[in-house]
Amino acid sequence: MSEMIAFDKVSKRFGDTVVLDDFSFTLNRGDKVAIIGPSGSGKSTLLRIIMALDGIDNGKVSLNGEPLWHASAGKNLIVPSRKHLHRMRSLVGMVFQNFNLFPNLTALGNVATAPHLVLGLSRRDAEARGRALLEQVGLGDKLDQYPATLSGGQQQRVAIARAMALEPKIMLFDEATSALDPERVGEVLEVMRVLADERDLTIVVVTHQIGVARAIADRICFMENGKILEQGAPAALLDAPQNDRTRAFLRAVHLS
Amino acid sequence: MEVVWAYRFEFLSGLWWTVRLAVVSALLALVLAFIAGIARSSRSRWLNVPATLYVEFFRGTSALAQLFWLFYVLPYLGIDLTPFECGVIGLGLCFSAYGAEVVRMCIDAVPQGQLDAAAALNLGRAQTLRVVVLPEAMIMMMPLFNNLLIELIKATSLVSLITIPDLAFQAKSIISKTYQSGAVLLVTLLMYLLISLLVSSSMRKLERLLSRGRRLGSDR
Amino acid sequence: MTLDFSWSFAAQISPALARGAGVAFIAAIGGFFVALLVGAVLAGLQRSKRWWLALTGRWLMELLRSTPLLIQVYFLFFVLPGWGIVLEPVTTGVVALGLYHGAYVAEAYRAVLDNLPAGQWDAAHSLRFSRYHAYRYLMLPQMVLPLTPALGNTFITMLKDTPILAAVSVPELMFAANDVGAQSFRYVEPITLAALAYLFMSGVAALVVWLLRNWIKGRYQ
Repeated sequence: MSEMIAFDKVSKRFGDTVVLDDFSFTLNRGDKVAIIGPSGSGKSTLLRIIMALDGIDNGKVSLNGEPLWHASAGKNLIVPSRKHLHRMRSLVGMVFQNFNLFPNLTALGNVATAPHLVLGLSRRDAEARGRALLEQVGLGDKLDQYPATLSGGQQQRVAIARAMALEPKIMLFDEATSALDPERVGEVLEVMRVLADERDLTIVVVTHQIGVARAIADRICFMENGKILEQGAPAALLDAPQNDRTRAFLRAVHLS
Repeated sequence: MEVVWAYRFEFLSGLWWTVRLAVVSALLALVLAFIAGIARSSRSRWLNVPATLYVEFFRGTSALAQLFWLFYVLPYLGIDLTPFECGVIGLGLCFSAYGAEVVRMCIDAVPQGQLDAAAALNLGRAQTLRVVVLPEAMIMMMPLFNNLLIELIKATSLVSLITIPDLAFQAKSIISKTYQSGAVLLVTLLMYLLISLLVSSSMRKLERLLSRGRRLGSDR
Repeated sequence: MTLDFSWSFAAQISPALARGAGVAFIAAIGGFFVALLVGAVLAGLQRSKRWWLALTGRWLMELLRSTPLLIQVYFLFFVLPGWGIVLEPVTTGVVALGLYHGAYVAEAYRAVLDNLPAGQWDAAHSLRFSRYHAYRYLMLPQMVLPLTPALGNTFITMLKDTPILAAVSVPELMFAANDVGAQSFRYVEPITLAALAYLFMSGVAALVVWLLRNWIKGRYQ
């Protein structure tokens, strides 16, 4: 049992809105999962909880067998110690919809600074790792450029390299291609595809672009209103959905 | 602390001078600010340029320098003003420049769409200003005017240096008479603090009054 | 009425006035750096998780912002010696300017910090940056450019506030002008020159701030 991510009856609400509703979900090591669904279905919140950027109200979340979040109804969230949080976060890397590159650092700076400061690599080793990763995503010639001079697709690729530089076991993509021009999606999708080829890397992709889900995932989940309504292999779910809501969603998305 | 009580008459008299000065110069500044601010946002060169010069000049000079100039130099020009008049004119002119900038900024901040709508209804420039622009702009001006008003009240302390017996003047004179600087200054500070808080809360009420009906449902 | 402005007298007193302007300038620079520091302390206090620190910070800021600089200068000048701290007038002036304007600087820090995109913190947390590292390498560098207008204004305002220090006999420009006037009984020239000098100095300062801002912009592009 190589359970990488486990959600056990998790609930979360923001104010009056229920974002996750008695939510249970498991991912094994090496799984590549895409989560699709309408906006507000809780998809992004799911990723933020895994990345420990947000907590939960109820239930239990574990990473690699260890508890990350633990809360029970009526009692407050048991907030993990900073050291524990740090260790948990070391398993996860995240790529954001708006890239969130640091504007005052060059591409190389963005990728190499965390390994240097957080992992303790020497400046030279960190930069060597950064250089290698940027080469891998096809930006070897843009090392000294600032994010402001890079296109959206280039920025996102730097963001992916930046997250991979800390050697996470889980990679989260939060609408990673949604903010890109259609012509730029391909170059980022290509990098994600290469990552998907890595057997041991667990990937969770949240997207509303079906093409991305189809290209990356070996399992697709359809989420709505904080619950998973249907999950299955891409071909099965996308071409022959069982659930009415899934069918309605896919139809609406294909039309748009 | 007994010192404070013993001189309570002087403190109150100083407070009275401060308040009078603040009110009169604030009114002067307000009137001039609107004139200059509207002129600055006008497209006509004849209005725009002089207004800009006026604003930049009074914003760039030190308030105290202006007060001193009015107090010491004007008599040589044959103009004899009372210290109070010097204070009012000096502070009024100085803060009218900052006020004009606020007026201009808020007028410019009124969405273009409103101006377009007014034009479509064939409203003239003056009418547009009166009916559409100013009501909207004035709500935006409130918090900024609040800040300026606090600044004005603090600046009134400068007139103590041109012999007006305001709160600051009284504080200084009591100190030189009794050497009890700590208690005196503490009370003075608290009095100014109190005035500031009163003014701020009144301005907030005024702003709420003006923007009645424009805010959606609940107060977020 | 004729304005009896003697250019030769003006030229004569210029050196004395220039010395005063120099003192004013130095006081403003000193006050500026003190303000940067005080602002950081106040902003830090207000962000603290300990409620009593945050409350202290808020009250201090309220006090510094709502009371006249003149009274604060008097306070430092008259009360400190009673506590055993005897400072020169210029130092007193620098500290007073720094405290008073520090409150504004703290507000500027807060506004710029709050306006950093939330995503930057998400990215920093996801990469496990410590708070210190995040501030030092990521957030503070991003704050420099947006802070320049506010800090520039603070400096210019400080320059224009220096005449207040004359009230505690700091030998700055206004003090010098008054001195000349009192001794020669000619007030027109020194005070007019002084007033124009403030205009000139704030104009030059504004220009320098503008140039600095463009230089900083250039470095990141």
